[in-house]
Amino acid sequence: MEGLFFNVDSGYIEGIVRGYRNSLLTSQNYNNLTQCETLDDLKLQLAPSYGDVLNNVPSPLKTSTIATLATSKLHSEFLYLRSVATGTLRTFMDYLQHGYMIDNVALLITGTLHELDTSKLISRCHPLGLFEGLSVLCVATNVDELYNTILVETPLKTYFKGLTNKDLDELNIEIIRNTLYKNYLEHFAEFCRTAEGIAGSPCQEIMEQILNFEADRRAINITLNSFGTELSKDERKKLYPAMGKLYPVGTYQLGNAESNEAAIAGASTVSEYADFFKQATMMGQQKSLEDLFYKKEMEIMKEVFTQQFTYAVVYAWLKLKEQEIRNITWIAECIAQNQKDRIGNYISIF
Amino acid sequence: MGYYTGLSGISLAAVVVGAYMLFHDEGEDFNIGRFLEEVSPYTWATLGIALCIGLSVAGAAWGIFITGSSIIGGGVRAPRIRTKNLISIIFCEVVAIYGVIMSIVFSAKLANVSGDELYGPVNFYTGYALFWGGLTVGFCNMVCGIAVGITGSSAALADASDPALFVKILIIEIFGSVLGLFGLIIGLLIAGKAEDFKAY
Repeated sequence: MEGLFFNVDSGYIEGIVRGYRNSLLTSQNYNNLTQCETLDDLKLQLAPSYGDVLNNVPSPLKTSTIATLATSKLHSEFLYLRSVATGTLRTFMDYLQHGYMIDNVALLITGTLHELDTSKLISRCHPLGLFEGLSVLCVATNVDELYNTILVETPLKTYFKGLTNKDLDELNIEIIRNTLYKNYLEHFAEFCRTAEGIAGSPCQEIMEQILNFEADRRAINITLNSFGTELSKDERKKLYPAMGKLYPVGTYQLGNAESNEAAIAGASTVSEYADFFKQATMMGQQKSLEDLFYKKEMEIMKEVFTQQFTYAVVYAWLKLKEQEIRNITWIAECIAQNQKDRIGNYISIF
Repeated sequence: MGYYTGLSGISLAAVVVGAYMLFHDEGEDFNIGRFLEEVSPYTWATLGIALCIGLSVAGAAWGIFITGSSIIGGGVRAPRIRTKNLISIIFCEVVAIYGVIMSIVFSAKLANVSGDELYGPVNFYTGYALFWGGLTVGFCNMVCGIAVGITGSSAALADASDPALFVKILIIEIFGSVLGLFGLIIGLLIAGKAEDFKAY
């Protein structure tokens, strides 16, 4: 039924997003990129999709410049879509930005702890997650201050549920970040279950699949990274999102795990993830778990485009584009540092 | 939730009014047969014509906006699709033309008959035939227009990503647009048996 009314508000945007997706780099393009000898060659190869932002850059090209410009192009495309979007899609795109905002908040506080320059930190933030008042975050010394002085005015305020007053040190920042992200995922899933135009449509199914995967990935990563840190089991359990295929049996086992093996056993309650661990151990030399998760995510995103009349294409395009920027940066870095043997470590799915 | 509230409100009102009429010995005022006899055949005929053209145009317009917005969006990054995909718009437009044709056929049966001379069996038949014929054609065309519109929008987006897909989806679209033709044929058959309005 979504076909009847979807195009009234969002047909134009869906068309544009699909246009953007069609101009993503294919494996053929990546092959050409890996053949480049210098960054200027790379620039030439990238001309069809990134020519408009890269052409005016003077010749000694730096990897960071390529990454920044590519991200700013993504940002401007997103802003254009957002300015055209109305109603549910507008809120949906706001939710997409919240994830980046959380990352930026964590980045800024961590940077401030290490006494880095604020303006430098801001320039390293993801442009999609910039918001007013981000630069004053660094004055906060504990969670209450952080919340009351700054974040209460931002959309992130709803995600602060369940955070108690703590000082801002390295471990707590990670806890804050993961709690925010957990609440964010749960809110986003709730939004997809109830929002008019999404609830009951294929869009809800797709978003559920995507968010569940994201939640599982976070739960597994939190567990694997927590071994050998001061994070207690109870605190760790609070960081798992209450959703996903692993929830509740898998997350319960993950929560009680004390070693890598126990964590893997917990995650393996879902056969998909069991395969990941098998592959990761089989490949041995650093086709890491992270890469396998990224690859799986990209495959899900690719599948999204088989469904028409859904908002999820915006999400999928954003993630695909982000991966593309990571790939380009990786290849550029390998070329710049003459590490040609590792240049094939990018993820291409088209 | 709102749906059930509305439904129960309406049934409650119907029960109250029905029971009131029943207990005041006015139950026979609710008389479907008399209603059908008293309503002028002109009412049925013109209602049929209005539904025929109205629903057809609504369906065509619906299809055109579904297809159109996708063509506009897809055409931003792939301008080559814009001319080819006008064919989807034309398919939608055809549905409205079916409605116009049938309305003209139906309205040719109308003639001025005055007073009680109107209420004869042939005129009743013509009135009902035009009403239900018009409803059939209008409804078929509306659904057909939506079907063609949604397929057309998929055709535009598919064409934008892979030009080889255009013809394949166009075939699906043609099958969709034949649905409207079925309604048109049945409408013609119904109207064919009805005579023009005449006096008794």
